[in-house]
Amino acid sequence: MQDSASRFGYFVSPDRQIDFDRNNHEVASKVAAAEPGLNWCISCGTCAATCTAAKFTDFSLRRIILQVKRGELKGLAREAQKCMLCGKCQLVCPRGISTRNLILQINRVLQSENL
Amino acid sequence: MSKHVAVVGAGIAGIEAASILNAMGHSITLIEKNEILGGHINHWHQLFPNRRQGRDLLEKLYEKMDDSIQVQYGKEITSIKPFSGKFIVTAADGWVTNADAVLMATGFDLFDAHKKEEYGYGIYDHVITSADLEEIFIQGEGLNPRLGKDPQRIGFIHCVGSRDEKAGNIYCSKVCCITAVKQAIEIKELYPSVEVYCFYMDLRMFGRHYEELYQEAQEKHNIQFIRGRLSEASENKQGGVVVKVEDTLLGKPLKLTLDLLVLMSGMVAPVAVTNMRDKLGLAKVDDGFLKPVDPHTQANLSELPGFFMAGTATGPKTITDTLTDARSAALEIDRFLKEII
Repeated sequence: MQDSASRFGYFVSPDRQIDFDRNNHEVASKVAAAEPGLNWCISCGTCAATCTAAKFTDFSLRRIILQVKRGELKGLAREAQKCMLCGKCQLVCPRGISTRNLILQINRVLQSENL
Repeated sequence: MSKHVAVVGAGIAGIEAASILNAMGHSITLIEKNEILGGHINHWHQLFPNRRQGRDLLEKLYEKMDDSIQVQYGKEITSIKPFSGKFIVTAADGWVTNADAVLMATGFDLFDAHKKEEYGYGIYDHVITSADLEEIFIQGEGLNPRLGKDPQRIGFIHCVGSRDEKAGNIYCSKVCCITAVKQAIEIKELYPSVEVYCFYMDLRMFGRHYEELYQEAQEKHNIQFIRGRLSEASENKQGGVVVKVEDTLLGKPLKLTLDLLVLMSGMVAPVAVTNMRDKLGLAKVDDGFLKPVDPHTQANLSELPGFFMAGTATGPKTITDTLTDARSAALEIDRFLKEII
């Protein structure tokens, strides 16, 4: 509160631009090496539409995949763990991606990189 | 006595229609403004979706051309006038011919990418068009002479001059999406470690085996597709091209640096053809292309009896559709010539 008062109510907005040049692309290449389906995704969102977890939280496999590909990893490890591995997304994916393995690999790589 | 048809334009549509009409027994003059046959395909290295050489397709079409077809080179047609049941066709150099029917196989011009100034074509060294890239492929020396190094990151911008009110063209040029996918794959084959990004609004993989090529681009070549239209490109000190787009699927602006930016130039109607259309008082469409009487059942006919059109003269088309359209025009012309006897 005091901090806010000393700034006279002003604050600095964080840059929300994706800085692709600086972002971490290691995670994406490690995940793709373990599960090539990462690169087949067309962001159609069928996985997210059928997701049980998405009904009650804002969990979205579609978004997680994109974040990995863009190297937008902040808060991602925690987010990716919300998956309950029910596998409904795998039944509906039009590109035949092994989505369950994909989320497992994303979790594994994010943990091994301490992210 | 055989009837005389003037086919204006010796690109693939003109060649195909001329060959067929000639085989049907009509007398054909094929009129070309350049000194060679083949039109745009002369400058295209490989064709989608099967990656055949552009050269190879032209050879196939030339094989079917009979010597009895009279070809006129270097004749830019400036006027076509109906005159007592015939047409007087005049070229810029004064050359004139009379014809019982005219086929406009006048094709398209590439959109001039300079007009999208914010993309930096003609301003930054490392911004080129899809047509420039095909020439580079034909030259066979790769990108190193231009870049001075192996490229690490290349971007393709879809819909340059297409689906863009600001460019004056609201239509889709149809072939650029799949051409970008094809060119991206060719680049990956030349430089396997290069990262390739395609920036698109929608991907229109409508044709047979286009979707398969798109899938191959993702699965085999790891080509990345980012949904977002380029707002502007700028150059950094090292000569790299910095692009800014909205990653519309993540809902965030995105910035990245490329070694080369390729603009997928669309198709536009040649101004001279639009002017000829208006002089003849034919039906207009806003985009300057020729307008058929009926887009489904009379796609090669104008309101002027004896005045026909084929290929991209009536709007963007693939090679497959252009050749089919040319054959259909030949049938319509044959029917017309038999009726006027």
